[in-house]
Amino acid sequence: MPIPLPHRKPIKRVSPISSRLTLPLTAVLVFLAACYAHPKLWDRPADFLNARVFKKISWELPHFKKTPFRLGLDLQGGTHLVYEADVSSIVGSAGDALEGVRDVIERRVNLFGVAEPVVEVNRVGDRWRLIVELAGVQDVEEAIKQIGETPFLEFRKPRPEEETTTLLEELKSPTSAASIARTDPYFVPTELNGRFLERTEVTFDPNTSAPTVSLQFDDEGARLFENLTKEFLQKPIAVYLDGAAISVPTVQSVITGGQAIISGNFTVREARQLADRMNAGALPVPIKIVSQETVGAALGSESVAKSLKAGMVGFLLVALFMIVWYRLPGLFAALALVCYVVLVLFVFKLVPVTLTLSGIAGFILSMGIAVDANVLIFERMKEEFKKGFGFSQGITEGFGRAWPSIRDSNVSSLITAFILFWVGSGVVKGFALTLIIGIIVSLFSAIFITRSLLLIFAGTRAEGWRWLFLQSPNVQTQMSNQTQSPNVRGI
Amino acid sequence: MLPIIQKSKIWYAISGTSVVVCIIVLFLWRLNFSIDFTGGSFLAIEFSQGRPEAQNVLETLKSLDFGEAILQNAGEKGINMRFREIDDVKHKEVIRVLKEKFPGAEERRFETIGSVIGKELKTRSLWALGAVLLFVLLFIAWSFRKVSRPVPSWQYGISAVITLFHDVIITLGAFSALGHYLHIEVGASFIAAILTVLAYSVSDTIVVFDRIRENLFKMRNVQFSDVVNASVNQTMHRSINTSLTILLSLAAIFFFGGESIKYFALTLIIGISIGTYSSIFLASPILVTWQERRKKS
Repeated sequence: MPIPLPHRKPIKRVSPISSRLTLPLTAVLVFLAACYAHPKLWDRPADFLNARVFKKISWELPHFKKTPFRLGLDLQGGTHLVYEADVSSIVGSAGDALEGVRDVIERRVNLFGVAEPVVEVNRVGDRWRLIVELAGVQDVEEAIKQIGETPFLEFRKPRPEEETTTLLEELKSPTSAASIARTDPYFVPTELNGRFLERTEVTFDPNTSAPTVSLQFDDEGARLFENLTKEFLQKPIAVYLDGAAISVPTVQSVITGGQAIISGNFTVREARQLADRMNAGALPVPIKIVSQETVGAALGSESVAKSLKAGMVGFLLVALFMIVWYRLPGLFAALALVCYVVLVLFVFKLVPVTLTLSGIAGFILSMGIAVDANVLIFERMKEEFKKGFGFSQGITEGFGRAWPSIRDSNVSSLITAFILFWVGSGVVKGFALTLIIGIIVSLFSAIFITRSLLLIFAGTRAEGWRWLFLQSPNVQTQMSNQTQSPNVRGI
Repeated sequence: MLPIIQKSKIWYAISGTSVVVCIIVLFLWRLNFSIDFTGGSFLAIEFSQGRPEAQNVLETLKSLDFGEAILQNAGEKGINMRFREIDDVKHKEVIRVLKEKFPGAEERRFETIGSVIGKELKTRSLWALGAVLLFVLLFIAWSFRKVSRPVPSWQYGISAVITLFHDVIITLGAFSALGHYLHIEVGASFIAAILTVLAYSVSDTIVVFDRIRENLFKMRNVQFSDVVNASVNQTMHRSINTSLTILLSLAAIFFFGGESIKYFALTLIIGISIGTYSSIFLASPILVTWQERRKKS
C-alpha cells in the first residue's frame, strides 16, 4: 500500500465504472466526427447494408453529409491579389469606403464564377488594403483587368477661391510643388461617389444627340446630390472618373430625386462601356495592385499528395515510437492520436479552417506535440509505480502530478500561437490557427481518452501484466531502498 | 543521476561560444531574405520537354529588360527565377517569351511582392518576437508566483527568456550559414517556424521548472542546486522523448512534404533540437548560478 503523503494535494479519482461508460460514448462521438471528416466511412457500409438488408423492408440508410475541406490557394491553385487603396482624398471614414470597395469587388469577382472568392479589407497602420483570393482562376490577367478596370467615380465641389490662389502660387515654386503635385487646385472631393449609384444607363442628349451617361443615385446619394446642387447653384461641380475630370457642368437648378447626367465627349461605345462597368459597381476609392501570387493547379494537387504522404509517415513514426517505448500505454496513446487526428480534421471542416501548406505542416508537427502530454504522464506513472503505488493509484497519480506541467507548457504554447495569429498574415495565420486547434484538441485526446483506456483495466486480472503497464517488476526492494533515504527521493 | 548542474561551466562554454560564433556569422553573411521581406518577383517554370541551360533562359529574358535575374534549378524539370517587382503586363510578357522559346514551358507559381509589404513583414516579425518574449516572461513570473525561495518567480521568467534568445540566435546563425552556402532563403514561414521554436523551447523549460517547483516543496532541507539537478534528471527522459516524437514528425515533413515546406521543417528541426538542449543544459543552470551569486553578494 502506498504511504500517505501529507504535502500532496488529494487527486480526484475517476471510478473505473464511470470510465467504462464514458469510453463507448467517446468512441461514438469520435466515429461521428470521423464520418464528418471522411463521409465514405459511413457511406460505404451504408450502401452495403442498404443493398443487402434494408432493401427487404424498403428502407434506406441516408448518406452522411458531405462537406469539403476548404483548401487554400497553394493547395488548389489560384490567385492571391493584394490591392492598396488610396484613401488620401477620402471624406469621412476610410473604413466605410473600403467596405464599399469590398462589396463592389465581391460583386465583380462573382461575375467570373469563382467558387468561394475571398475579398477582405486589411488595415496596416494607416494603409488600407484589399486582399482578393480567387481559387482555381486560370486566367489571372483577365481577372486583374476586370477588377482593376472598375472605374472610380466621384463628384467634386469647387475649392474656396483663396485656397485655389494659394495652391496655384505654391505650384509655381519648385520646392513645394512636388508635395502637392497631386492636389487639384480647383476642386475638392465630396462625400458623393460611385458608392451611392443605383443604376447607370446610356442616354442621348436631346439637342445634340451626343451619347451621355445617366446616373441614378440611391436615397442617400440623392440626398447628398440635392445638398450639393443646392450649395453650388450656378456654380460648377466636377465629375471625376479614375482621378481625372470628365465633365464640369454648371449647376442650373437644385436636383431632387438623385438623377444626374454626365456628358463628356463619349463615343457610343465608350458611354456603353462606362455604364456597364458602373452598373457592376463603381469604386468609392481608387485601388492599385501591390502584390500578387499565382499557383498553378498542378502544383497545388502535387502539394496535397505530398503533405498527405508526409502526414501518414509522420503519424506512423510517432505511433510506433510511443508503442515501442511505452508498451500498452503507448498503444493507447497511439489510439488517442488517431482520435486526435480525427477530431482535428473534424474541426477543420466544421469551422471551416482554410488549409494551406504551412497549416498542414503545423498539423503534422502538432501530432508530435500532441503525444507530449502522454510522454509526461507515462514518465510520471513509471515514477509513481516505482514508489510502490498500485495500478489504478499509480495511474491517477501519474495523471494528476503531470497535469500542472501539461497545463503550464500548453498555456505558454497557446500564448505564442495567439501572438502568431494576431501579427501574422496569410501563411503565418493559417499555421497559427492549426496550432491553436491542435493544442486544445490534444489536451482532450491525450489526457481524457488515454486515461479512460487505461482505467478499463483497473480491478481486472490485467493488472498483473506488470511489464506491459510499465510497472517495475521489483517494487518491493526499491521501496525498502527508498525509505532509507527519504529526502532525496521525496518520500 | 547525471551531474548536470555541477558541470554547468561546460554548458555555458558551449552555449556561449555558439552564440558568439552565430552573431559573427549573422554579422558577416546576414540572412538570405526571400522576396517576402525584400519585395520582388518569384517565378517557377516547369519545362516538360527538358530543362534548358540557365544561361539560355537568362539570355532570353535579357530582351525584356527587367534587370538582374537569379535562376535556380528546382526539382527535375523546373527553374525558379527571382527578379525585381514586375506588374502583370510584364509578367504575361515573360511567360509568352519563355513559352515561345522553350515549348512545353508551364508556369507553376508566380509571386510578386511590393517592397512596402516586405518591410512591414520585418517590423511585424520583430513585434511578434518581442511580444512572445514579454508574454512568456510575464506568464512564467505569474505561474510561479507562489515560489519565492530561494529564487523569486521572475527569475524563472528571465532564465527562460535568456534561453529563448540563445535558441533564436543559434537558429538564425544556422540559417545565415545555410543561406550563404546553400542559398536557402528566409521567408514569411521562417518567422512562424522561429516562433514555434520559441513556443516549444518555453514549454520544455516550463516542464523542468515545474518539477523544480514541486520538488522545492518536497525536499525542504536540500540545497537548491541539488533540487534543481534532481528535477532536471527526473524530467530529462520526457524532454528527450518528446523532442524525438516531434523530430520524427518533422523528418516526415522534411523528406516527404515537398520542396516548399522542406526548409520550414528544417528550421524547426534545428530550432527544436537546440531548444531541447537549452531547456536541459541552460535554463536550470542559469537559475542556480544566479542564486549562488546572490548568496555570495
